[in-house]
Amino acid sequence: MVTKAQTTPADNGTPVPSIDQVWQWLHTVPDPEIPVISLTDLGIIRDVAYEGDTLIVSVTPTYSGCPATTIINLDIETTLRSHGITNLQLRRQLSPAWTTDWLSQQGREKLERYGIAPPEPAGGPQKCPNCSSQDIEKISQFGSTPCKALWRCCMCLEPFDYFKCI
Amino acid sequence: MASVDKDMLTQFLLRMGDNTLILGHRVSEWCGHAPVLEEDIALANTALDLIGQTQLWLGYAAEVMGNGKTADDLAFLRDAWEFRNLLLVELPNGDFGQTLMRQFLFDAYQSILLPRLMKSSDQAVAEIAEKARKEVAYHVERSADTVVGLGDGTEESHTRMQAALDRLWPYVGEMFAADEVDGAMVAAGVAPDPASLREEYDALIGKVLFEATLTIPDSTFAHKGGRNGKTHSEHLGHLLTQMQWLQRAYPGATW
Repeated sequence: MVTKAQTTPADNGTPVPSIDQVWQWLHTVPDPEIPVISLTDLGIIRDVAYEGDTLIVSVTPTYSGCPATTIINLDIETTLRSHGITNLQLRRQLSPAWTTDWLSQQGREKLERYGIAPPEPAGGPQKCPNCSSQDIEKISQFGSTPCKALWRCCMCLEPFDYFKCI
Repeated sequence: MASVDKDMLTQFLLRMGDNTLILGHRVSEWCGHAPVLEEDIALANTALDLIGQTQLWLGYAAEVMGNGKTADDLAFLRDAWEFRNLLLVELPNGDFGQTLMRQFLFDAYQSILLPRLMKSSDQAVAEIAEKARKEVAYHVERSADTVVGLGDGTEESHTRMQAALDRLWPYVGEMFAADEVDGAMVAAGVAPDPASLREEYDALIGKVLFEATLTIPDSTFAHKGGRNGKTHSEHLGHLLTQMQWLQRAYPGATW
């Protein structure tokens, strides 16, 4: 049974935090490798729902081998438990596969301010996140984490990460 | 999903997971040894993706087996004759060019197989394929680019890439040789007939290797025995002694 109701008593009569409240808490959990954005900015939390009095959080991996996945699950669990949630289950959801389209607009802006060029459907960054020059070149298709590629600005000469578009 | 023999499905999943596991391990051997830092990072990232895909394939294989085993058990507690990977992926790395040529020959295969598996009658297979396909699209783009760069590069790099292709070519045919496991997968709608991938594969690698100014050997001879586990090369055992060292030295050790 999936209960979408807000602050409704659960089966055992104890009031449970509303789904909106849980999302609010999740908004505060940073990505462990790119802490300027939250897990919700990243778009990897696919669903929050009650089944009976158990809170189910469905999480999708960014890349199948991303080592941050276990840390992300731990961080979600720690945060929600710190807010008093005891009946909690994390569920891995593979399909639909994560896409950078799910990155929030706010997340894209935060990435750029942090020096990481946000993903572009064209397959490469639009401009250098440091000096905004469009004179840029790819150094490597892979960067410091599975989700990034390495680029360089030919104007300010700074190398920068580009968040790969998948 | 049409009914499918559990043992046959397990064999199919082991083939998928062992390919990515063994190649992932081979590629990881480059970590700290690549010619330049960017290539080192790229190889390590590729290995990471492959090992991530392995967790999905072998995790599902263990689930289908239903005997309480895990993906880790399958990776670390089996011996050479129980592996079902293509011979191609267990071959030693050779030089950087040979590693990238092998990567390209394998990435091209995956880039054609995975989109077909997305239509699998088995939902878990379709979901894993959907996830892996996105990663493989990046792998094949890079390995193809590098094969072209080195093939159509200096005289030295060209000679090495042609030697790599000549050496690896006899290991390509195994990808497309169907047996009773494939027959069962086709009948249940789980996976396509491997032979049906060949035309698209030949077109893709033909285009890239032509651009790389490399010549595909005339021979159609194919080494076989990895996919069905009958005759692995001597290299797999050596690889396992490293990959499985911790579990062999300290049985049951946990992180």
